[in-house]
Amino acid sequence: MAAYEGPTLRQRRVRAAALFLAPMLAVLLAVAGWPLLRTLWFALTDANLAQISGAEFIGLENFLVEVQGKWYGLLADPMWWNAVWNTVYFALVSVTIETVLGMVIALVLNAAFRGRGVLRAAVLIPWAIPTIVSAKMWGWMMHDQYGILNHALMGLGIIAEPLAWTADPDLAMTAVIIADVWKTTPFMALLILAALQLLPSDCYEAARVDGVHPVKVFLRITLPLIRPALVVAVIFRLLDALRMFDLVYVLTPNNEATSMMSVFARQYLVDFQDVGYGSAAATATFFLIAILTIVAIMVGRLRQEVER
Amino acid sequence: MRQRLGRLGFYLLVAVILIYAVFPFYYAIVTSLKTGTDLFRVDYFPFSLSWENYASLFQHQPFARNILNSIAVAVAVVALSLLLGVTAAFALGRIHFRGRGLLLFTILSVSMFPQVAVLSGMFELIRALDIYNNLLALVFSYMIFTLPFTVWVLTTFMRDLPVELEEAAIMDGASPWVIVTRVFMPLMWPALVATGLLAFIQAWNEFLFALTFTLTEEQRTVPVAIALLSGGSQYELPWGNIMAASVTVTAPVVGLVLIFQRRIVSGLTAGALKG
Repeated sequence: MAAYEGPTLRQRRVRAAALFLAPMLAVLLAVAGWPLLRTLWFALTDANLAQISGAEFIGLENFLVEVQGKWYGLLADPMWWNAVWNTVYFALVSVTIETVLGMVIALVLNAAFRGRGVLRAAVLIPWAIPTIVSAKMWGWMMHDQYGILNHALMGLGIIAEPLAWTADPDLAMTAVIIADVWKTTPFMALLILAALQLLPSDCYEAARVDGVHPVKVFLRITLPLIRPALVVAVIFRLLDALRMFDLVYVLTPNNEATSMMSVFARQYLVDFQDVGYGSAAATATFFLIAILTIVAIMVGRLRQEVER
Repeated sequence: MRQRLGRLGFYLLVAVILIYAVFPFYYAIVTSLKTGTDLFRVDYFPFSLSWENYASLFQHQPFARNILNSIAVAVAVVALSLLLGVTAAFALGRIHFRGRGLLLFTILSVSMFPQVAVLSGMFELIRALDIYNNLLALVFSYMIFTLPFTVWVLTTFMRDLPVELEEAAIMDGASPWVIVTRVFMPLMWPALVATGLLAFIQAWNEFLFALTFTLTEEQRTVPVAIALLSGGSQYELPWGNIMAASVTVTAPVVGLVLIFQRRIVSGLTAGALKG
């Protein structure tokens, strides 16, 4: 539309854009920018919940400080590193399982069969259920005494006696992953399905005529073509998993084996009222996720370029 | 023969997926209809049909109030987000200006960053505004995830609208405001419904802020009420009530999702794939 777009029109439009964006940006600054800056500031103070604004600057002492030859602070706190490791482990394992299951479900939904609409509707149900509700539902199914999961597994002869899924430190993480995979696989499946439906059908025709084995078709044609969409979906889910809070808080409360970064930070902020230390943990969580995101995006770009 | 086996295997897989997706919700319904010692017997099918758990939710807990809280917060958040989002999306989707890419990227990052990172700053702000333990605190804080999400999805929709329409409107001397409200809004209804529903579900399901910024039972939203539901004794959770509450708040959402499936799927994928 260059022919009639004189400088005045263009200027008018850019001015309108600024006007249209201003309210949205003002709200975003108020609800995201300012609180984030304050959190970063609190991380450098000894603030507590009772007197949140009368805090004093203490430098990096919340992160690391030496007192009489011993190191204290977040970076020397084994419980913090336990939470970091738990979070990373949880994110990697559950997103991997979700990707594989999501792929299987998407491939099934992409096939033409009777009852496809019903199946797609059913798959949406876990996605629509609030995380708290799914945590409670799974908590009940995994109940050590009356849970249907133990009942079924014992009936099938897979386990000999009931397992304490959510209380046993060795099993709690598995329980969290089971519940998370159930809830979030639909999102993955829908994104992959959307990518599958955009694929051109002619190369599949050609492969079918040539009698190429379906597995080979999947690995050689389908997978490379949906790779970009898959990478985006995986990054989205990873970021979401790294900030995990609600499921763990409800399904396995106060369990060291499933303590995550967000849970750790909130515990200090609210339960222990130590806003300084809690903000330090929140800040560390923020930067860790930001760095991982940047690395993920860069690795994605690099691999694309290498393959070209 | 082999083809038939393959077909059988395929339908077996379909059945497994179907049961996996539906069973936990189905089992919650079965449990919610049981009372007393029946609860502690594992049943795969509903043998008892008692509405006692549902009745007690509304008699002994402020659960109706909690539901109204959730609805009020979610509706307010969605309305505000859409209002601010449509004009912003027009600017981001249809007008070329410097720094647009960076702005879009920033908005996307805000929607992805961990909520806990703003928790203490938000807490201070909410106290300063004197809205602690008030639903306004939730409306305010929820904008952090619904607004960037709304802007992002609506921008992808705006971008796809035909350019001829806008050109014609410009030729007629329409101002950008008229273009948004008179030309694009009527075309954007499906997108607004999809985006609004997704934002509604996000607000309806939110837990961390609702848990931190409310104190009394009367101000709680549904997820917090369910998470903190306690029974007569300290040691035994009232599973019947919890499942009844779960079914009560999930059924409408599941209904909405099933009715608007296509729109929701298009909104979800637009938000994620067109970046």
